[in-house]
Amino acid sequence: MEFDALLLSRLQFAFTVGFHIIFPAFTIGLASFLAVLEGLWLATKKPVYRNLYLFWVKIFALSFGMGVVSGVVMSYQFGTNWSVFSTQVGSVIGPLLAYEVLTAFFLEASFLGVMLFGWKKVGPKLHFFATCMVAFGTLMSAFWILAANSWMQTPQGFAFADDGTMVATNFVDVIFNPSTPSRFMHMVLAAFLTTAMVVAGASAFALLARKAIAESRIALRMGILMMAIVAPLQVVVGHESGVVAHEHQPAKVAAMEGWWETQAQQPTLLFGWPDEGNETTHAAIGIPGMGSWFVAGDANAELEGLKAFPKEDRPPVWMTFWGFRVMVGMGLIMVALGVWGAALWVFRRVDGAKWYQRALVLAAPSGFVAVLAGWISAEVGRQPYVVYGVLRTADAVSPVPAGSIALSLLFFMVVYAIVFTAGALYILRLMAKGPDTEEEPPKDTREPPGSPLATGVKSATDKTPASGEA
Amino acid sequence: MFGIELSMIWAVLIAVAVFLYVALDGFDLGVGILFPFAKDRHERDQMQAAIAPVWDGNETWLVLGGGGLFAAFPKAYAALMPALYLPIILMLLALIFRGVAFEFRHHGRERGRKWWTVAFSAGSIVAAAAQGLILGAFVQGVNVVDGVFVGGPLDWLTPFSILVAAALVAGYALLGAGWLVYKTQGELFERARAWVKQLALLTAMGMGAVSLATLGVDPRVTYRWGLTMTSIDWSTFIVLAPLPIVAGGLCFLLWRGADKGQHLQPYLYTVCLFLVGYVGLAISLWPYIIPFAMTPQEAAAADNALSLMLWGALPMLPIILGYTAYVYWLFRAKVSDEASYH
Repeated sequence: MEFDALLLSRLQFAFTVGFHIIFPAFTIGLASFLAVLEGLWLATKKPVYRNLYLFWVKIFALSFGMGVVSGVVMSYQFGTNWSVFSTQVGSVIGPLLAYEVLTAFFLEASFLGVMLFGWKKVGPKLHFFATCMVAFGTLMSAFWILAANSWMQTPQGFAFADDGTMVATNFVDVIFNPSTPSRFMHMVLAAFLTTAMVVAGASAFALLARKAIAESRIALRMGILMMAIVAPLQVVVGHESGVVAHEHQPAKVAAMEGWWETQAQQPTLLFGWPDEGNETTHAAIGIPGMGSWFVAGDANAELEGLKAFPKEDRPPVWMTFWGFRVMVGMGLIMVALGVWGAALWVFRRVDGAKWYQRALVLAAPSGFVAVLAGWISAEVGRQPYVVYGVLRTADAVSPVPAGSIALSLLFFMVVYAIVFTAGALYILRLMAKGPDTEEEPPKDTREPPGSPLATGVKSATDKTPASGEA
Repeated sequence: MFGIELSMIWAVLIAVAVFLYVALDGFDLGVGILFPFAKDRHERDQMQAAIAPVWDGNETWLVLGGGGLFAAFPKAYAALMPALYLPIILMLLALIFRGVAFEFRHHGRERGRKWWTVAFSAGSIVAAAAQGLILGAFVQGVNVVDGVFVGGPLDWLTPFSILVAAALVAGYALLGAGWLVYKTQGELFERARAWVKQLALLTAMGMGAVSLATLGVDPRVTYRWGLTMTSIDWSTFIVLAPLPIVAGGLCFLLWRGADKGQHLQPYLYTVCLFLVGYVGLAISLWPYIIPFAMTPQEAAAADNALSLMLWGALPMLPIILGYTAYVYWLFRAKVSDEASYH
């Protein structure tokens, strides 16, 4: 493998977009969660909802900030690293990205200011409106970017102009291409689940540590409710997305499933080690017929294996195969935790279920893992094309020397390591501390005056000029 | 549409977006540039509080600039971005540091807070300088053949681009100082007024130097202004001469007004100053979207794409400007110690 401009640009894009997606995956769900919390606070006037809102909004601010700065990077990388792609498809998906800026980014960014800094400045209804606008903006943003990405997976509604670039023949077909509806739903549900897992995990942690009991009990139940409803729903939507993928990207599905031969009774492999050199999957353990049944609704359906496609048109199999398996595995864990939680709830055992709560703490990052693994499978599975079947990734790269890209990739890795480690640390610290609450904290955990944990409100210590220079 | 080329409408819209970016994110980058000159942590907290509710919206204009260029002029975007690869990446990395520092400064403990304070300031300075390098490299022209960048990876690094970078850092700092005059009170307010005075002088010098240097970038620019090294075409020059005169007048107003207890004026004067420079630049480079290499018509996306976007932009831009103005109005008060939600 040669570290040329193409490979380095692919690595850089994968690295930066992989880091970026972590934050939207979390903040899309968190924004809606915050809107629900604030709505409940306004409707019931129960302080627990306010306390929960003020707690999660801090975590939202940290995550959203990291999402913004890593997102700005993406909007320039199409040009810096994929300039041929930009020229080729600018007239087709450019407008989708422009609409994302116009209908989502400004909305989120402007009302975020009100959401974070307007708590004491504006009336409760206007503040709630601001929260709802931010939540709405995150969903709009998800729609446009998923529409653009889905067009790259299942392109339609375009033609080639005289100068060889692509132009849209019908923008409705471009936006609502075959995979947009299922992939948009799949991503939004993934974001909701990611948030639910984090909220449930953090609340379970607080309960195990006997902190903010009233708040944590409620947040835990909200997380369980989301898991119990959305995790099974996600299985259905994910399946639909797979059916669409099989119809339009059969090579991708063959790689996801580890199928080499074209045959009836394709299996669902639970384990296996795809080997591209020998065109086989080693140590395959699977259920015959189940794959055909899942994808085509008939266990006897004959479905294409990878050998049906020329070698130069096959995606890298190992990453597509394992990305898919990790995602599905995480999804099944979420389904199980949702069912377990719902059962405990029915029998009124949620608060005392220590083992369940420990499991939730452990599973808190499962949403992130699933989102990353799923996207890896989707994007690697689209290879060797950047626009499936139309434009090869190798033909899309910028005329930038490998040295420049190696330098930028190195800097991205260093900067992201610093910034996102710090961000994760601050978020975990907030979670470890838990929501501020009216409950009197136990005497022995009270910190001395002047220390950061002395009062729940951090600004009280922030604003003391005497407490040190920074 | 409306008898005007769609590509021209979009060139104007993107030019407006870029100017709004400069006028808005310019002041919050400027506040970061001024961070090292604050007296203590309390002052730095106030400086950051003066921009915290609005910086994210401001930076979104940069995304509109980049995204809009991609969508409306994909060929210009595809030729420019590889040419400006390293300074663009530098700007993005710097914006990451300063962007997260808004939150991180409040979450770090002693050592972390110091680190993010430095990161905020250094990130602001480097981002501003990188934008200056980008602007300089853009004005001096990039080596494009058949729509593809064919130059070297360091073409952007010239004495001219360094000069522009230095001038832009001074100019953003002036925007930041003007904003602080508007948003702060007490000791910091007094300090900000002094900054305005000093920076007005620096910016005037920087703009003057860049303007003269721009004349030397390409004979077509000199000709546009009715000048050659040895002659002046007065009929052309007289028409454009008001621009540098107005710029000089604005610098004088800033210099003098700083003593008169004005609040919003210093910032507004600085925005006007930037506008004058921007118009001067537009006149110099007209009608190119990549100087001397590509016009908007040549770079434009297909008409149906431009038209679809225009139908979105026509209602959305007024709405965006409306709620942006509303948010600014909401946070119009001078910063007080209760501003933080942390």
